[in-house]
Amino acid sequence: MMRVNVESIGLIAAGMTGWEAARPVLRGEVELDAAVVPAFKPNLLPPNERRRTTALIKLALQTAEDALARSRYGMSELASVFASAEGDGEIVDRICTALTLPGHPVSPTHFHNSVHNAPAGYWAIAAGSRKFSTSLAAGAATFAAGLLEAASVAVLEREPVLLLAYDYALPPALAGRGYVDAVCGVALVLTADDGAAMTRLSLEMQPGSAVPPPLPAEFAALRAHNPAAVALPLLQALARGESATLGLPCHEHLTLQIGIDA
Amino acid sequence: MPFEPLALAAYSTVSALGRGRGTALDALLQGRSGLRPCDYDGVDIETWIGRVDGIEDVVLPAALKPFDCRNNRLALLGLESDGFASAVAAARARYGAARIGVFLGTSTSGIEATEQAYRQRGASDGALPAGFDYRHTHNTFSVADFTRRYLGLEGPAQVISTACSSSAKVFAAASRHIRAGWCDAAVVGGVDSLCLTTLYGFNALELVSRRPCRPWDAARDGINIGEAAGFALLEREGEGVRLLGYGESSDAYHMSTPHPEGEGALLAMQGALHCAGLAPQQIDYINLHGTATPSNDRAEDRAVTRLFDGSVPCSSTKGWTGHTLGAAGITEALFCALAIEEGLVPASLNTEQLDPGLSAPIVRTTLRQPVRVAMTNSFGFGGSNCALLLGQPA
Repeated sequence: MMRVNVESIGLIAAGMTGWEAARPVLRGEVELDAAVVPAFKPNLLPPNERRRTTALIKLALQTAEDALARSRYGMSELASVFASAEGDGEIVDRICTALTLPGHPVSPTHFHNSVHNAPAGYWAIAAGSRKFSTSLAAGAATFAAGLLEAASVAVLEREPVLLLAYDYALPPALAGRGYVDAVCGVALVLTADDGAAMTRLSLEMQPGSAVPPPLPAEFAALRAHNPAAVALPLLQALARGESATLGLPCHEHLTLQIGIDA
Repeated sequence: MPFEPLALAAYSTVSALGRGRGTALDALLQGRSGLRPCDYDGVDIETWIGRVDGIEDVVLPAALKPFDCRNNRLALLGLESDGFASAVAAARARYGAARIGVFLGTSTSGIEATEQAYRQRGASDGALPAGFDYRHTHNTFSVADFTRRYLGLEGPAQVISTACSSSAKVFAAASRHIRAGWCDAAVVGGVDSLCLTTLYGFNALELVSRRPCRPWDAARDGINIGEAAGFALLEREGEGVRLLGYGESSDAYHMSTPHPEGEGALLAMQGALHCAGLAPQQIDYINLHGTATPSNDRAEDRAVTRLFDGSVPCSSTKGWTGHTLGAAGITEALFCALAIEEGLVPASLNTEQLDPGLSAPIVRTTLRQPVRVAMTNSFGFGGSNCALLLGQPA
């Protein structure tokens, strides 16, 4: 079993535009209003850089910004794990469209933004951070994979880590064919257990399948359309400040068991 | 806590040099490059590529048909080379399927399937063909999902996709999972396959050479894109070459150009030495990232020279295989394993006139000499850096 502290939380989704706004919604005190759509204007990027980036990159950075607002750590002190099931569908759409045209006019900017770690690259530049960073994908279990990777870096490499799980709805041509048809970004700043009074997670792998923890219908719909939203039961417990135990599926034969010690 | 070395209990490599370790070794000893003038379908760029023959004829098992695409066919070639799948089956019997993880790197996954689907869009409605299975082919996780099912593994599985450092970083992630107790052994590796996206994308960035690539050459002018698959089984116990350490860093400089002084590269190499508890003078060979673009080689040369002071023989093996992008980390780690097992330092093929502005000691003809510890460097877009150290057990 591995123990890791949750130092700070960020969340961006329709009706939950930032952790402070999302907490009463997650606690069930305020109804989710999905018509409240987040505006993407991350302050981490200078305006000229922001213009070169995509909706996915903006979502990732804005989710990071939300968690940083309540963190003890500055950007440059954090290692990072970027977990995204699909990467950038908008860029895929643009490049694959360009490749059907005479002369195959792929834009150089689109091409360098096409790498799965493009958001991590912009983050490192904005943060001025040369620390460890990785970018990964694990289909429907991308959040669980990101949490395992981030916790192992926090505990074994003794580095505070920013975990970002984020996915943006695929463009119309690809809609319904992948894992993502909704927008959601989740951030957790994780640290090794340093004695500070923080919420502690204990992580353990268990063979066998798990039924995803129950959620109210509007949250369950988001979870069905965005692998980052698999974190919602965990975020619910964190918003309530309650101790709990959750099983998140890694795949059909493996479960990540999370103990929350509030 | 010092890093506990992990054995490469089995490994396999497929690249433009051919299928299997023996074929790769023969090519390295005979000076036979795998590069050829670009003959990839539908490409009108004048360049050379590192193409793997026979991918078109690979047939996936019926149960895994939804995963059918060039990248997963290449993965299958790798899994069936060098007895790798059989070695994993034996490990599965020892550890149990749930105790072996899968950590694979790729940059473009099966994007070739999406490229083809876009060329077949309906004229009236623009819809992609109904039979196009994006989730199982192009999605970034595809190759790890395919591999874990093919090998019957039930441990944690992930794809690391950090451009050209992807399949080096899998060694670090797998090591941490084993140390954390989340698995007892791990299949690590990487698969990247030729596609229009990388050929035309690198061409748009003016980073593609019209000739066979020439790392560290005064007239070097870009990369040759290659494809490859490589796998290794990491275990605590076992014979053979071991992973001694890893170092990971970010450049925080530019999306597609390395830091000019190689600051991020230096941090990754220092991190690997620290992890392994080794000093620079204990390294016998450095397999450079060495892509043969003017700025990449210059930045890496600065970093290598600052750390090793010209004392360690270096070569880039991109002139043999081309730049295999998300598979470069594993391919070159396995060249290091061959170098250690066979006692050889592969030449930096195609390097003719060494750049007088660079100072790393470049090996020009393959040498037969003992290699106890080797370092391999992998640096990617977005400023993602990873260095690995491999060595003979003490």
